[in-house]
Amino acid sequence: MTSLKDMDWKPMALVPLLALAALPAVGSPSTWLTLTVAGLAMGMIVFIIASGLTLVFGLMDVLNFGHGVFIALGAFVATTVLASMGQYTTADSLWLNLLALLPAMLVAMAVAGALGLVFERFIIRPVYGMHLKQILITMGGMIIGEEMIKVIWGPEQIPLPLPEALRGAVLLGDAAVEKYRLVAVLVGAAVFAAMVWTLNRTKVGLLIRAGVQDREMVESLGYRIRRLFVGVFVAGSALAGLGGVMWGLYQQTVIPQMGAQVNVLIFIVIIIGGLGSTLGALIGALLVGLMANYTGFLVPKVALFSNIALMVAILLWRPQGVYPVTSR
Amino acid sequence: MLQRLLSKDLPRSPWLAVLLVVLFLGLAFAPFLFPGVKALNVAAKILIFVALVASFDLLLGYTGIVSFAHTMFFGIGAYGVAIALSSVEEASWGVLLLGVLCALAVSLLLSLLIGLFSLRVRAIFFAMITLAVASAFLTLASQLSDFTGGEDGLTFSVPELLSPGFELSEEPLALPWGEVNLNGKLLTYYLVFASVCAIFLTLLRIVNSPFGRVLQAIRENDFRAEALGYRTVVYRTLSNVLSASFATLAGCLLAIWLRYNGPDTSLSFEIMLDILLIVVIGGMGTLYGALVGSVLFVLAQSYLQDLLRLAGEAAEGIPLLPALLTPDRWLLWLGLLFVVSVYYFPTGIVGKLRERAVLAQLRRLK
Amino acid sequence: MSEALLKLEGVHTHIGAYHILHGVDLVVPQGQLTMLLGRNGAGKTTTLRTIMGLWHASQGRITLAGQDITARQTPDIATSGVAYVPESMGIFSDLSVRENMLLAARGARTLDDIDTTRLEWIFGLFPAMKKFWNHPAGKLSGGQKQMLAVSRAIVEPRQLLLIDEPSKGLAPAIIQNMIEAFRQLKAAQTTILLVEQNFNFARQLGDSVAVMDDGRVVHSGSMAELAADESLQSRLLGLSLGAHQ
Repeated sequence: MTSLKDMDWKPMALVPLLALAALPAVGSPSTWLTLTVAGLAMGMIVFIIASGLTLVFGLMDVLNFGHGVFIALGAFVATTVLASMGQYTTADSLWLNLLALLPAMLVAMAVAGALGLVFERFIIRPVYGMHLKQILITMGGMIIGEEMIKVIWGPEQIPLPLPEALRGAVLLGDAAVEKYRLVAVLVGAAVFAAMVWTLNRTKVGLLIRAGVQDREMVESLGYRIRRLFVGVFVAGSALAGLGGVMWGLYQQTVIPQMGAQVNVLIFIVIIIGGLGSTLGALIGALLVGLMANYTGFLVPKVALFSNIALMVAILLWRPQGVYPVTSR
Repeated sequence: MLQRLLSKDLPRSPWLAVLLVVLFLGLAFAPFLFPGVKALNVAAKILIFVALVASFDLLLGYTGIVSFAHTMFFGIGAYGVAIALSSVEEASWGVLLLGVLCALAVSLLLSLLIGLFSLRVRAIFFAMITLAVASAFLTLASQLSDFTGGEDGLTFSVPELLSPGFELSEEPLALPWGEVNLNGKLLTYYLVFASVCAIFLTLLRIVNSPFGRVLQAIRENDFRAEALGYRTVVYRTLSNVLSASFATLAGCLLAIWLRYNGPDTSLSFEIMLDILLIVVIGGMGTLYGALVGSVLFVLAQSYLQDLLRLAGEAAEGIPLLPALLTPDRWLLWLGLLFVVSVYYFPTGIVGKLRERAVLAQLRRLK
Repeated sequence: MSEALLKLEGVHTHIGAYHILHGVDLVVPQGQLTMLLGRNGAGKTTTLRTIMGLWHASQGRITLAGQDITARQTPDIATSGVAYVPESMGIFSDLSVRENMLLAARGARTLDDIDTTRLEWIFGLFPAMKKFWNHPAGKLSGGQKQMLAVSRAIVEPRQLLLIDEPSKGLAPAIIQNMIEAFRQLKAAQTTILLVEQNFNFARQLGDSVAVMDDGRVVHSGSMAELAADESLQSRLLGLSLGAHQ
């Protein structure tokens, strides 16, 4: 990674800038704090989901319009797992709750990852290099996935209540900050840290970063980049599954259409961030999360539009996103 | 003369020609061949889809652009008419026309903006941006309930000549296989029919003109087209605008037919999928594919749901199968069909028929 | 005449609708530096890419050390001991020089696994590599990037080096560095197939030479022979080796 003084810090400054700009609009500092934490939490969850997608695109030039299906699947699997661990979730001990939450997350990731493997093999691999067909077919894949979820879990929404100890809020001065949102920020930060570590300190990470820039050259150096791609795709799907669990807990309910709903947000995030950039995805996600929460409080009706306006504004500044990956 | 009407874009396959003639006649005389309210609704739906999908084919099949905003323009047309006609006491032709023109103006502006802004970026960006914009529009339509009637939509009346109450003759026309009501609905049907024919023939003209050929060149290799001196951004934007305008007109027709419009009737994602499915199954880049595909699809959708219900009942007791075979899971089978079509029938039905004709000709030459 | 390490027999390559190579016959002798010359568009880069498997030959055979590699995938050809330095250099600009080298050293999991004597030798040839070791490769100058590209190809011993126009756009002083590097590689018995347009460069290094035109090899022989025959030079290349700088 580039050294600190070389780094392009302007996009990173956008996040605190947006937060500060919202302060006068919101008025009360305590409400602002609540909204900001909510925004960061939402942003982190969106980042978890988007990070896989942007790497997949950067590495293999494949845009998976069906990424949403892994989100939904993860969330639904979590409902089943958590439902069967009643005594852990209703207990008021944080440790017991985590003992229930952790398996739910792991199982969700495993199932989503497994689906990712199947998805890559049967839906994506046959259409490598053909963008048009990719868009069409991955959309088709998502429809099938969503319908299968309806077949297995039913078409209605299912509640996904938070475990006891994670409910409620913590008081920071006047501001009520929900406990779960703090957890989400921590988990998101952990995922980001893990990704940065993998990308920068392992050879696999090196291969991914190189492959995103020049796939052909990596192959010419003797690496089977296709295998790497499958791995990244599966990891991305698993992360989407994790994100789905967290999103479901954030909303406290899951519906089969949640994949399609979150999809749009994800696309906005990776367009803002620059296709292929992890840091860009993080910044995009935080901006989107903050924007959604601020406008949700100030002018609820234009929430989705505000994110599109944000995207347009960023594209006018940097047409390829804030951290475009250097072209091949 | 027929050649000039079809802008020299002939079926090029005897089977296809027969099919097209049959479909055309079937639609032209639908009220008389298939009397009854349901059949007429199906026929009108087919016609509207033909216009909607053909305009999408201009964008996808001929210019090579994937846009998820097509239903947005469809909705703009439908809402334009709906809002205009529901804001007056007495529905008149003037108000109807005003609604259509306003809708077209909005579509023109939006498609121009989207085109100029997004077409400078890669195709994938464009697809994502149109998806985002269309989603936002859908949310907006549901939320501005004062204006758009929100989730419930708008119900309104149409000019007298087109309303079902208007009777051409007291007695319905008695045919051996049923009765046909000679009323405003019949007239509306033929208004839709004539409009769709006009739209289709205009599209044929456009794709077979020099402009259309440049679009296809851009679809094949935009670098080359740019190098040859064609400003691809201009052509693509124009294609976007034309496609959007025809979709808007189709939307206007929909509203006139249904005398109702809501977010689910014209803006839903499911309709976008239907369009994609029809254009892929019918055949991208053929225009005739829109006709063949729409008929197949709408007939299947209307009558196959019953088939699914029957199949589901027959599969009682077998685990999981009934859940898969209910008419509610129509989309599942749609999705499967879609994925299979993209793989195995990339040229669609029309493409396959034409390939066969060419092969047959080659065999005859040998 | 030493035996052939690489052999191309009747190789045709199509790219989409374009028929670029029309039956290339080429022999690259072991332990020597073979120059591949020819004007722009003659098919030199296509030949290298076809050998490397980036484009597949539609016809013909390619053998490396007796093994048929015509249909092999690029990563497998690379692991058979072939290093490729493309015309565009192919360096990863977001990665540091160190990371570029680490990637090229396939056997190494961490930096400590790379043979230090080899690294010192590379630093001796191209001091800039040591100087900019931790800097992003994108910040290097054109000449330094070229040096990095070559360094990557030699960080581990390879059977065959395929190098496409290494001296393009480089200052004369740097070209001298390059020439010295290749001389040392030759001395180490590495087989090299080099595409070049700078004939002074070519003449100093080449043992054998093959000239391409219109997708075919139209002349092959020893460099000494070509260097001595001015009329042959002007016929094949349009100018004489001596006149070109």
